[in-house]
Amino acid sequence: MATDLLQVKNLVKHYPNVKAVNGIDLNLKTGVCFGLLGPNGAGKTTTVEILEGINHASSGEILYKGQPLGDQFRNEAGIMFQSTALQDYITVRETLDMFARFYPKNSDIDNLILRCNLTEYLDQDNRQLSGGQRQRLLLAIALVNDPDIIFLDEPTTGLDPQARRNFWDLINDIKEEGKTIVLTTHYMDEAYSLCDEIAIMDHGKIIAEGTPKTLLSENFNDVVLQLPETELNKADFSALTTHCKGEYIEITTCDVNSVISMLIENNVSLSYLQIRPRTLDDLFLELTGKELRT
Amino acid sequence: MSFKRFLALFSTRNKEFFRDRSSLSWNILMPVLIVAGFSFAFSGDIGKQFKVAVINESMANAQSQEFLKLKHIDFYSVKSSRSEIARIIAKVQRHQVDMLFDANSKKYWINTESPGGYLVEKILLSSAVNTFDKQTVTGKQIRYIDWVIPGILSMNMMFSALFGVGFVIVRYRKNGMLKRLKATPITAFEYLSAQIASRIILIMVVTAFVFYGTNLFVDFVMNGSHFNLFFVFALGALSMISLGLVIAARITSEETAGGMLNLFSWPMMFFSGVWFSLEGAAPVMQSIAEIFPLTHVTTAARAIMIDGAGLIDISYHLIILTLQSAAFLLFGAWFFKWD
Repeated sequence: MATDLLQVKNLVKHYPNVKAVNGIDLNLKTGVCFGLLGPNGAGKTTTVEILEGINHASSGEILYKGQPLGDQFRNEAGIMFQSTALQDYITVRETLDMFARFYPKNSDIDNLILRCNLTEYLDQDNRQLSGGQRQRLLLAIALVNDPDIIFLDEPTTGLDPQARRNFWDLINDIKEEGKTIVLTTHYMDEAYSLCDEIAIMDHGKIIAEGTPKTLLSENFNDVVLQLPETELNKADFSALTTHCKGEYIEITTCDVNSVISMLIENNVSLSYLQIRPRTLDDLFLELTGKELRT
Repeated sequence: MSFKRFLALFSTRNKEFFRDRSSLSWNILMPVLIVAGFSFAFSGDIGKQFKVAVINESMANAQSQEFLKLKHIDFYSVKSSRSEIARIIAKVQRHQVDMLFDANSKKYWINTESPGGYLVEKILLSSAVNTFDKQTVTGKQIRYIDWVIPGILSMNMMFSALFGVGFVIVRYRKNGMLKRLKATPITAFEYLSAQIASRIILIMVVTAFVFYGTNLFVDFVMNGSHFNLFFVFALGALSMISLGLVIAARITSEETAGGMLNLFSWPMMFFSGVWFSLEGAAPVMQSIAEIFPLTHVTTAARAIMIDGAGLIDISYHLIILTLQSAAFLLFGAWFFKWD
């Protein structure tokens, strides 16, 4: 049975004129991949920085393995910030060696290099790394101390789709080792694919928490039909729940058959019809009323 | 304090510096160029205090010849045409020439407002009669270049210490490197002490290189102990690196850091006795100079190199540098912020 690894009780962080974090409670079990989602300014970065020990809370309590954050936490936590500069004129191998020497316990560095696919770049200056290579090195640094808990802050931002998928594979490998992961991301597909549990934050508070599937089933019992806007303009569908999404109109309904019948009756071509279940994107918009990248 | 973590930071910082070829070569090249420039500029004129233009030199009578034989006056011959005389008189008016002297007629022109002219006139009038009892001493001449080299070495150290540590810390803070280090078990003390140790060693290596390299073509005076000079420079480097830490303790912008570092380095460069002696300077200026670490490093180094002073002789400066290092270090470590 999974044990509590990180407990957060009534966490509050005030800045002048702003309450960035407003009473958060969390309970992270060992081996869980936990996703923290929220629009910009929701307070998730501040929350994660407090959990990482980088920032201080105004009030509240954080316990790691039952103890306040201290030396044990620093030794056993792996952290990957979204953007971290690495030292110029230092090679990938030297960077890994330097970080490894900071910790009393280390991963097998050669194995880490293989897993993060860094073998070809070991003697390359940090300045010469591409975005994907750099993210893999930052992940390797986060894993260099064989951590029990790993914080990944928007790890795939700026990566191309292939590099993102490769990165997901790496994170799945880490999950299989039973490591606990705290992931913040703007990508809902990433959260859905990787996270066992998610929490959605807005205005410094957690407004929804649970497994992605549970949250979706609790909040939605309908599906989405998507058609080109030009097709739906041919008839009056004011009786349906619709909203515009770019060049498409989305119809949300619990009764797909009757909607399709209505479309056929109105001579709407179904050639471009797409039907999809509700996603975390929908849930996010439903709960926060905001686009992710506002 | 973990020595393993300290060494990891220390060795990485050293590699970073030595692989940055442009920065390394500039650190070595700049003082060499300054010394070479001074050496060249003063090579011909050392000891020539006054400039006297002479007309009709070939017709000089005995009294004039005696004057023209005087040392440390730059006599140079000019034509006796009217236009040439007018041109030189204009130079005398502008203090560019101290005197125009007619060797035949014993006439001379001076600018009564020129100190140089006043002194050359006194020399001229006294040169024919010597009623003083002459006393002589011997010794190697101390050229300006010998006097200025301890200051140039100290000044180069100051720039390397302030900018090499202060600027690097601010850059790391700005680009998030310090934040990443904060997320490791590294303590501020371990990080700062590694930075200091690395920079002291780099400064000492570069200073030694500049010292011996420059000496090859300037052959400057070194009357004291090399060990004592090494000690003074190491202590001076510690003091100025610590000052750099204080300046960079919280700044997050490279532009602000640059301005602040210049605010400290430029007054030190001009008012610490690097280029000219502070003896005879206004008392206020002397008091201000006492605050600067560069004043104490320069004075102590100069005492060792020129006067052959021992550590006891310069103990006042060593005590001041030690106290300043301790104060700057403690304050810098207390004031330091990772992000």
